[in-house]
Amino acid sequence: MNGDLGVWAYAITEDDGDHDISWLTGVAGATVRATRAGNLTVLVSDVDLAEFGEVALRRNLEDLTWLETVARAHHQVIDAVSRLFPLLPMRLATVYTSDASMASVLGAHREQLLDALRRVGGRVEWGVKAYAVPEAEQENAVSVESAAAESADRGAGLAYLKRRKAQLSASEKSWRSALIGARAVHAHLSGLAAATKLHPPQSPQLSGNQRPMMLNAAYLLDADAGTGFASQVAAAADAHHELELDLTGPWPPYSFTADDGEEGPPPAGQGA
Amino acid sequence: MTVQPSGGGQLYGTVGTAGSSSTTNLGDILERVLDKGLVIAGDIQVNLLDIELLTIKLRLVIASLDTAREVGINWWENDPWLSADASRRAEGRELRGADGQNGQLEDENQRLKERIRELESGRNQLESGRKRRER
Repeated sequence: MNGDLGVWAYAITEDDGDHDISWLTGVAGATVRATRAGNLTVLVSDVDLAEFGEVALRRNLEDLTWLETVARAHHQVIDAVSRLFPLLPMRLATVYTSDASMASVLGAHREQLLDALRRVGGRVEWGVKAYAVPEAEQENAVSVESAAAESADRGAGLAYLKRRKAQLSASEKSWRSALIGARAVHAHLSGLAAATKLHPPQSPQLSGNQRPMMLNAAYLLDADAGTGFASQVAAAADAHHELELDLTGPWPPYSFTADDGEEGPPPAGQGA
Repeated sequence: MTVQPSGGGQLYGTVGTAGSSSTTNLGDILERVLDKGLVIAGDIQVNLLDIELLTIKLRLVIASLDTAREVGINWWENDPWLSADASRRAEGRELRGADGQNGQLEDENQRLKERIRELESGRNQLESGRKRRER
């Protein structure tokens, strides 16, 4: 290596790295390699510091197109390798000046890293998002219009006010029932998981769904528990017409690398 | 309602190719690679600071827009970092402010002051004339 290259880290594993990963392409199209750091193996690739150095990163991270490309490449490596052996995904843009420098930093965190690897234990993460479904769109919805129709003969103005009131209370009711439903679903799914983590609800811009997100949770599950979990989520979706459930996964265990217990903020809307 | 596996949401075991992640929702990926994941300091220290800033920005974007709108916080529509349109509008405002709008306002202000002076002097003349007639 020379002074122009840095070492981009993807993930840490206890595995001896005796797998063929030469087919993997990392950020900026670089080849991914495994390097030893004490008794840990780190998946890295060499990056040009002209693009990934201190000054360049400061600029590039503000460029959403650059960020998307790099984030996807980073995720792609972690995702692919997580199917081969247990690992701890590293946060985007963890860059070292050399393998030796990285080994010395990781060596200082050795116990913490081994604890985290054991805690995650080769499990995978599943994401469940719950969106509130307006009552009018629910399959068992009672028409708001029919309630207002009774009073239609008492004048258009009164009818309008009644209809408006019914709409407002229906929307409040569906919001509240979606929140209660989301909590119930989360409580049920938490019982199936080794650990859970609540993320902040995403905006419609980010989720691509115009309905308000009531729950954005991650569940840590054994690698072979995915099918069972998916059917539990499907059953929950059948039981909760007030919710639209969105299941993603399996993810590498991104949300479970830190030892901060299973606590998290309550589902969206609580206390608001 | 149905479960909607999205992007990387294929059941475990059916996803064998790394290419599948290109269809995964960008928000889901950024949420994880920026905000989650193992945090160990790199040699390039500034990037951690930058990412913290970025994470704050993303968290703001991630926070429910609807909730924010309800309480009247619609800053994202005016934050140049988040919106190219807002950025262009902000530039437009600066230009107008520098040599357009402010100048116009000052002119108008000046014209109004002059008009008031005219009216007041006219009224004074009327009043003094009335007083003369009353005597």
